[in-house]
Amino acid sequence: MPDPVVKVEGRMAPLDRADVDTDQIIPKQFLKRVERTGYGPFLFFDWRQDPSFFLNQARFDGAAVLVAGANFGCGSSREHAPWAIRDAGFRAVIAPSFGDIFRANAFKTGIVAITLPDSQVRHLIDLAAEDPAARIEIDVRAQQVRGEAGSGFAYRFELDPFVKECLVEGLDEISLVERHGEAISRFESSRMAWLPSVNGTTG
Amino acid sequence: MRPMTGAASSSPRTLAQKLWDAHVVPGGREDGSAPELLYVDLHLVHEVTSPQAFEGLRMAGRRVRRPDLTVATMDHNVPTRGGVRAADELSRKQMEVLAENCRREGIPLHQIGSRRQGIVHVIGPELGLTQPGMVIVCGDSHTSTHGAFGALAFGIGTSEVEMVLATQCLPQRRLGDLAVTVEGELPIGVTAKDVALGIIAVAGTSGGQGHLVEYRGSTIAGLSMEGRMTICNMSIEWGAKAGMVAPDETTFTYLEKRPHAPRGEVWEQALDYWRTLPTDAGATFGDEIRIDATSLTPYVTWGTNPGQVVPVSGRVPSPRTDTDERALRYMDLKAGTAIEDIAIDRVFIGSCTNARIEDLRAAARIVQGRRVHPKVRALVVPGSTTVKRAAEDEGLDLIFKAAGFEWRSAGCSMCLGMNPDILAPGERCASTSNRNFEGRQGSGGRTHLMSPPMAAAAAVTGHLVDVRELV
Repeated sequence: MPDPVVKVEGRMAPLDRADVDTDQIIPKQFLKRVERTGYGPFLFFDWRQDPSFFLNQARFDGAAVLVAGANFGCGSSREHAPWAIRDAGFRAVIAPSFGDIFRANAFKTGIVAITLPDSQVRHLIDLAAEDPAARIEIDVRAQQVRGEAGSGFAYRFELDPFVKECLVEGLDEISLVERHGEAISRFESSRMAWLPSVNGTTG
Repeated sequence: MRPMTGAASSSPRTLAQKLWDAHVVPGGREDGSAPELLYVDLHLVHEVTSPQAFEGLRMAGRRVRRPDLTVATMDHNVPTRGGVRAADELSRKQMEVLAENCRREGIPLHQIGSRRQGIVHVIGPELGLTQPGMVIVCGDSHTSTHGAFGALAFGIGTSEVEMVLATQCLPQRRLGDLAVTVEGELPIGVTAKDVALGIIAVAGTSGGQGHLVEYRGSTIAGLSMEGRMTICNMSIEWGAKAGMVAPDETTFTYLEKRPHAPRGEVWEQALDYWRTLPTDAGATFGDEIRIDATSLTPYVTWGTNPGQVVPVSGRVPSPRTDTDERALRYMDLKAGTAIEDIAIDRVFIGSCTNARIEDLRAAARIVQGRRVHPKVRALVVPGSTTVKRAAEDEGLDLIFKAAGFEWRSAGCSMCLGMNPDILAPGERCASTSNRNFEGRQGSGGRTHLMSPPMAAAAAVTGHLVDVRELV
């Protein structure tokens, strides 16, 4: 059973770039492991060779929320991307838009992937850059990103009701689908006769 | 047979809607609070995105529900020469783990060195496993390739791979329909790859997000299956969930007599059904992009995403965004440089986008009677072992080898550089693959995407060049 994710609270790290693809998030040479964990040190491996990259700045150590430009996570389907983000300590990513597969993978990893309008993302990126100590709270139930008391902002985000339910309840999706086992079997008995099926011979 | 009736069938539907409707397992929550449950007809598996899924299954005490609807191949990290022994230890381990998982669960596997091994998106169609009307998934973003047959095909992550292994289903929300209509005759020298790059030039890198795309119009109808696959393959490069083409006589001719295609009376039944799949007259798309094929030209990417693309006759554009500036720095290019003045070090003809027999023929036509430029190292990696054999039967390997190309065994190879075929830092490559992301073909490597004939022309001239100057 995955752990429930109800709230994410903490500091932000800004990645002010658009079209951050999954090859940058976790380069291919780190996709050869057969485990789901241990990818954190390789997050943005090529970009972190630059000493000024945010992951090398002590002021962003321990940030819980990554705030990035549009189309974050475009490219390949590698779930290693959200695994690496999680292993590096992040619990949420906020961006104006996401690659579809990345976004789905992120939620399955327990990373809250939040889409906010450009202007709000810009505000968060600027805030994080100016004041790395600034904290935000992501309330998954209320679908809100809020600043600290007195900061005066609360941004509402859209969230698929089913994704939300899985997150806050920590549901195992496979178990949910398995409950439909009989319906699946009925469906299987009515499939087209010619559809390919291959017996387990190896070549 | 599954009845084609139901509320949805009375009004005109798109191809995508028909595919979707035919795969919804009834009985989910009806209040819309949960996604629909889509049944998966074919689950393709490879060594890189599956080990954690099998492990998850095992830890939960689950088995693979339909090993007979699951097919595995080794492609992402296989060496293209020297066999499995040439692989690094971690890659070898991944291949062994896949073989062990397939053995345990009874999943057919095309392993390295076997007769039908190849890139997952090349072998599905050539074995006749990919058919119209199917839902096909794979832990790989280029699964959209199979949409060329009038199938709903898309890439999934490892958690979803585990879901499909366990249940043969995927919870999914319906998406919007987007038509890409391409009309007119393609100019000489312009290929399906150029259509794909031309679409991305118009739509941008995220223009397809959240959509199922249907490619239609006279240009698409006039393409071979190989060409349609190239275009559907690149759907993810502009963010689309899936890309598809309505099945027609070209599709049926390609499929007939392939190993897993229906035969005899059942073939006729299948044809009758497949002919009902194309979008109904009067069905509406949420949006449409229209492209005039006669305006297309051979394209080349100059930057680090596939939307950073220009005609080969053009120049490196002036940067308009931070992303453009970063790309220029990474690619070591100056705005205003003529594309044809860009010298290259490497050529890669391969990948699930452009390594089918037709692609190799098109490249060989340019290469024939010429030599690879002395400063260039050029590689041909057939998309599958079957393609490799077919090419050798036609003597294409001899043409490439005589010109100085390396002729390799099948795999993903330098498209993503998980095997030993990688660019050195700073090397510049003319590539028929699908992604020009930073470091994609090797850390520090620089990728220019283009069609197979264009890559062949670059190989023999040593720089990016309009292939029409060579024909």
